[in-house]
Amino acid sequence: MTTSIEVENVSKKFSMQYQRTLKQVAVAKLRGQRIKDSFWALQDVSFQVQQGEAIGLMGLNGSGKSTLLKHIMGVMRPTSGTVRTRGRISGLIATGAGFHPQMTGTENIYMNAAILGMTKEETDAKFDDIAGFADVGEFLDTPVGNYSSGMFARLGFSVAVNVDCDVFIADEVLAVGDQPFKKKCMKRMEQIRDSGVTLFYVSHAAQSVRRMCTRVIVLEKGVVGFDGDVDEGIHYLHYDDSEDVDAEEEQTTDGELGSEV
Amino acid sequence: MTPGAETPEGADATVAVRHDLDHVPLVDPAAKGGLVGVLRRRYLLKLMVRRELRARYIGSKMGLAWSYINPFTRFLTFYFVFGIILGRGQVPHFAIHLFAGMVLVNLFTESFNSGTRSILQNKAVVQKMPLPREIFPIASMLVSLYHTGPQLVILVGACLATGSFSPDPVGLLAALLGFGIVILLGTGMGLMFAAINVMYRDWTRVVQIFTQVLPFTAPMMYPYTLVEKRFSGFPEITHFYLFNPLAEAVLLIQRGFWITTISPADAKTAGAEWGFKPGLHTNFPDHLFERGLIMLGAAAVFLVFAQWVFTRLDDKIPDRLV
Repeated sequence: MTTSIEVENVSKKFSMQYQRTLKQVAVAKLRGQRIKDSFWALQDVSFQVQQGEAIGLMGLNGSGKSTLLKHIMGVMRPTSGTVRTRGRISGLIATGAGFHPQMTGTENIYMNAAILGMTKEETDAKFDDIAGFADVGEFLDTPVGNYSSGMFARLGFSVAVNVDCDVFIADEVLAVGDQPFKKKCMKRMEQIRDSGVTLFYVSHAAQSVRRMCTRVIVLEKGVVGFDGDVDEGIHYLHYDDSEDVDAEEEQTTDGELGSEV
Repeated sequence: MTPGAETPEGADATVAVRHDLDHVPLVDPAAKGGLVGVLRRRYLLKLMVRRELRARYIGSKMGLAWSYINPFTRFLTFYFVFGIILGRGQVPHFAIHLFAGMVLVNLFTESFNSGTRSILQNKAVVQKMPLPREIFPIASMLVSLYHTGPQLVILVGACLATGSFSPDPVGLLAALLGFGIVILLGTGMGLMFAAINVMYRDWTRVVQIFTQVLPFTAPMMYPYTLVEKRFSGFPEITHFYLFNPLAEAVLLIQRGFWITTISPADAKTAGAEWGFKPGLHTNFPDHLFERGLIMLGAAAVFLVFAQWVFTRLDDKIPDRLV
């Protein structure tokens, strides 16, 4: 087995920004208030992922999931510790990453693909797949600023899933799409997983994590609370608690489609 | 362009080897930054420059024609105000004197200003996608450079319209040297302040004020000879004045595109009130070229320094973009 992702003792400190002017800082100082605050978004996070594993990253809001993904994707660097990855990474941190509202869908596809490391030739070859998957029809040649939020999200997702990658990161990707598109996305992500790509999937939906993932990592306030079996991980978070109204609703409605709560 | 050449990992990292990753090393996923990192992503850089160019005139019916109309109007204004209303005959072809300098000063202030704002403006991408962040100020510089093209066309047109334009290779070389200095310096300033501006937003304002003052520090709204004349008792001040790389660059482009439009007959009849001298090349400081080459070297060193500052701040950029 080849190690795909190696996270070692990663901690990330953010300083709270109060966006104060000098005058406000001076007043705060006179009153003896604190001027600067910091908090740890990630604390001593360590794990290894083997190539081809499908990780479900779970945790409550504000537990550090997106921050961790940003480190793996290479957008952020840790305050201490190291992150190492193997091969090309693709994916989405929230939807519609980096689209320019005044440019057309086509232009944005090329731009986004280039940011993810694709060449013009690669994008040319994949263009029909990307356009087909996004399924925005004749809107492809109009500015994406005119798109509905669903179309916007679809376009972003279809670029990301069509990049030939070794690690795929999916964060809250299905939050905006409609039911048919969610189904299509889940299917596509299963294909990606089955082709041997390492999958990093963030979701609050227990059902879809069960379906997609082989391992669950739970973050709690920036610390790894659980790392292991899928069902145990979901149990750890009490997401399988049937008395929980939310969980019940989720299971009966769009739980199986992997909707984000 | 060979396929795969644009991938951050290098030429042989095509994904045909996806299931055989043993020979691919575990690396830091953060994009390799630095100017070198940007040069490796030329295709992305090209797309970004094109996007900026298109975005500027998007929705307008005249499109790129605006980048000709704008400088042309400016030249006509210069011609009427400075050439006809003010000091006609004092300095021959003063409008060209001013416009030639303006081409370089505009290039500098535009790369500086737009470079400073570039990362903040693209924060949606910067927060979500891994890429060498130097690419934004560099794209801004290239966009500014592209807009210099139409201005040069107007400049050459104005030179030709004088009827006495006789460009020489040395003059063209001088102009090229002037461009070199401004490009290196503009890139450096844009790069450095793009990062600083993320940390302290006040710098957008500071840079704006600074670039408003800048045009007055170069000899274009007044001739260099006037500076020499005013401070004739204190040559140190003139010497100090020439430490300004922008002043040097403006003198260099004037050597290429202004002094070469003045015929010897015109030079003799010119008024001496502004210090203009009939011996054409005595209207420039001594050792113009040596000074230019030294400035070019200094600008290159500054660019390296700017990259160093950027690298030091780079890791904090995504944390501070809110």
